[in-house]
Amino acid sequence: MKRASLLIAVLAALSLSACGGTDPDPEQYGADPVLPDHQRGLLPRMTIANPTNWGDELPMVPDGYSISAIATELKIPRQTLVLPNGDILVAEGKGGNAPALKPKDLIAGPIKAKGTTSVESGDRLTLLRDTDGDGTYEMQTVFAENLNAPYGLAFIDGALYVANQDALVRFDYTEGQTRAEAPPVTVTPLPSAINHHWTKAMTASPDGRFLYVGIGSNSNITERGMVAEVDRATIWQIDAATGAHRAYATGVRNPTALAILPGTDQLWAVVNERDELGPNLVPDYLSSILDGGFYGWPYSYWGQNVDPRVKPQNPEKVASAIAPDYSLGSHVAALGLDFSSPVMGAQFAEGAFVGEHGSWNRKDPVGYKVVFVPFTAGRPSGDPIDFVTGFRGEDGKTRGRPVGVTVDPRGALIVADDLSNTIWRITPTR
Amino acid sequence: MAATVDRSRAVSGRLAPLHSFLLGGAITLFIAAMLSDWAYSTSYEIQWNNFASWLIAGALVLTALAVVWGFVDFFRNDGGQTRGLVYPVLLLITWILGFINALVHAKDAWASMPEGLVLSIIVVLLACIAAGAASMSRRTGALS
Repeated sequence: MKRASLLIAVLAALSLSACGGTDPDPEQYGADPVLPDHQRGLLPRMTIANPTNWGDELPMVPDGYSISAIATELKIPRQTLVLPNGDILVAEGKGGNAPALKPKDLIAGPIKAKGTTSVESGDRLTLLRDTDGDGTYEMQTVFAENLNAPYGLAFIDGALYVANQDALVRFDYTEGQTRAEAPPVTVTPLPSAINHHWTKAMTASPDGRFLYVGIGSNSNITERGMVAEVDRATIWQIDAATGAHRAYATGVRNPTALAILPGTDQLWAVVNERDELGPNLVPDYLSSILDGGFYGWPYSYWGQNVDPRVKPQNPEKVASAIAPDYSLGSHVAALGLDFSSPVMGAQFAEGAFVGEHGSWNRKDPVGYKVVFVPFTAGRPSGDPIDFVTGFRGEDGKTRGRPVGVTVDPRGALIVADDLSNTIWRITPTR
Repeated sequence: MAATVDRSRAVSGRLAPLHSFLLGGAITLFIAAMLSDWAYSTSYEIQWNNFASWLIAGALVLTALAVVWGFVDFFRNDGGQTRGLVYPVLLLITWILGFINALVHAKDAWASMPEGLVLSIIVVLLACIAAGAASMSRRTGALS
């Protein structure tokens, strides 16, 4: 009996260590973040978003800026694209068909789902139009439907490219069009088995010859086996004309948004790193992506920091792993990336906006905001600055979760919110 | 349980048939989980880890029922002889360690190792000892 009560006490202590307490300071920004030791109690530390409606509230923006909702009642908006005539396309949907592998999947799945919208996947593109240029988007119409969890969007002279969760497709597009005239043409299939991480982020090369598509890993950290990871955790470079592809970079766990730094040919990405190593591991990052670069997943993170959960290990791959450029902080779940321009005002003229969907694998939540990473001479040059906040209120309730961010050259930041199913528009007040 | 069942059990020195099934099933599943863990630890083949997780979950269900049965038996039939408590208490400890083992197995990939294999071995040994205690207490009549 003594032994039994001792065991119960030990169990209680273990579960307390997993659930109680507070997390260390989440500020680990920049090129050389502090990486603590691994820690994982018997239960992962979790705080799931507790959704509520915006009501009369709005997200908060810096002085000198205003925010408004330009579209509501969408069906899970993720990424947006501003077309040459100022129309905005919104990709809506939800993908993934990963089966439960372990008893924990049956428990964790429904718990995590509580922090997301209950609206069903739109599988469509919605077009928003501001006819008179007053900042109100009077027209909200379906541009194309019956897509398969569309996410990445790109425009190259007369064609719209859409990265569905299973294929890259192309629509012909003439300026001013509000509805696709025909079903899209498939450019190339994309890896879609299981699709644990289903989002296919995309951007086009400046010359319009290539499309870059991010393909996330099929697991947190190889728990679905290495066979499931063929052609995963990679960024493909796809020839827009032929659909031929090659792996441009590998070891990129979940590249959720891609963008080209203006004035260069350099591809940048925000990448979500692995969970369940502790509240301050592993930092999600913003990084330039080098041709042929290997960024560690699954064997290591932030360069040569070996992940002991991966067996068998691969020391040669670890040795070749590139450390990313800039830590955004662990678990922030960066899902949006776009580079700014002087139209956004002097303080936010040079740098990158990053949409942070927000954490689950942390007791004290992080993310749930849009930040601005200042750049100087084409490199990140300071800590992130909050740009849009208030998605998670002081009351602990979550009203929205930012995903895609797009700079409208007319002078606005477009933010997709997949919890309140809203598109936000932030403008400098002149 | 009907009193007649208890009497026949006392005479034969055996657990009730359904109780035996629960205990035997639990031990079988715990052993299978242990072997799956061993297979994973030597092959790194992730499916063995998945098998172990489900086998442990199944074993915990059967063990929980057997624990309840064991305590009910004790309180219904035992006149305060603490020897009769050995079996259900050992089995309860088995369940608690098995539950911890289930949480360990919920960790991703090799994070469940080697603790998962060690716990699986301990749980199998404890379950076998508990089963031995059950038959001992019956042979000496402590449980009737």
